[in-house]
Amino acid sequence: MIPTPTPASRPPGLRTLSIATVVAFCVAYGLVFFYAPIEAEEGFLQKIFYLHVPLAIVTLCGFVLGGLMAIMHLRTRDRNWDLRSYVTIHMSLIFGVGTLITGSIWARGSWGHWWVWSEPTLVSFLIIMLLYATYQPLRFAIEDPERQARYASVFAITAGAFVPLNYAAVNLSTAYLHPRVLGSSSNLPPSMALTLLVALVAIALLFATLCSYELTAKRTRMLLRSRSRILGFQGSGTTERRPDAARETPVPTSAPARAGVHAR
Amino acid sequence: MMIVPLATALPENTGDGYVAAAYIVFFAIVLIYVTIMAVRLTRVERGLRELGEREQRRLQDETRQDEAPPIQQRERETV
Repeated sequence: MIPTPTPASRPPGLRTLSIATVVAFCVAYGLVFFYAPIEAEEGFLQKIFYLHVPLAIVTLCGFVLGGLMAIMHLRTRDRNWDLRSYVTIHMSLIFGVGTLITGSIWARGSWGHWWVWSEPTLVSFLIIMLLYATYQPLRFAIEDPERQARYASVFAITAGAFVPLNYAAVNLSTAYLHPRVLGSSSNLPPSMALTLLVALVAIALLFATLCSYELTAKRTRMLLRSRSRILGFQGSGTTERRPDAARETPVPTSAPARAGVHAR
Repeated sequence: MMIVPLATALPENTGDGYVAAAYIVFFAIVLIYVTIMAVRLTRVERGLRELGEREQRRLQDETRQDEAPPIQQRERETV
């Protein structure tokens, strides 16, 4: 008999994580607009900083995390790590787009330009985004699921190692237009630092929630597809029009199934 | 109550339109993502329902076949 998904079958952490995210967002943006002082030079425009900076930090950490998960995949050959790495990088790309857009809006308000090509921080972030933009085409260009997972992991590790190197290189460069908010040159007053920290926690929680949500959705879809295949059922809306079905092979969740993947 | 001091503290040429735009863009991205996920979830639910119905039909067919007597036995009974 096919198990029907019930609220009880949802992962227990997802609901808690979602509630924590909503609460963190309310607190963070309450602090942003009602507690953090208005900056003397930039005025109200500086409020973008509490959105843009946490987004950028979480994006870059997500890319590095994706690389670490890829290492775990290559070490253990457990396809769950590959799936986690894929979802983390996918989510980081979405957050990265948010970072670029909010940064451009800030730049327009602050410097009068949407984009400044001479600014190393902006350009380096764009390079990282373009690098990761090739991750999905590379991944889905390979049909064999085993090879696909392995090559994607190698890419994620290489690109993940590039992120901190890139950050260090930008920090070592001399031309600073971009405001520094972290590190020794930062002179944030405590109220602003606290607000930034809470906003960072909120964005990180959102990232974790969306990753968990997507992971659950992907696992459910794979399970459904594999059950459909077992029953020889091809008429379902979820099973018939998937030319890219190879890209989502069922991830083994049980220990014997994982052992099977090892053997292959 | 807190909005009033905030509003009076706003400097000239605040660029609040940019702030609103940045926050709206961010929430729009999250909203679009959640909408896409919701559409996919609906599709999965539909697939699961179809799969359940098919499985139920298969079980019903099996039960019916088990209950029906074989043809030869039925013919002997009529003779």
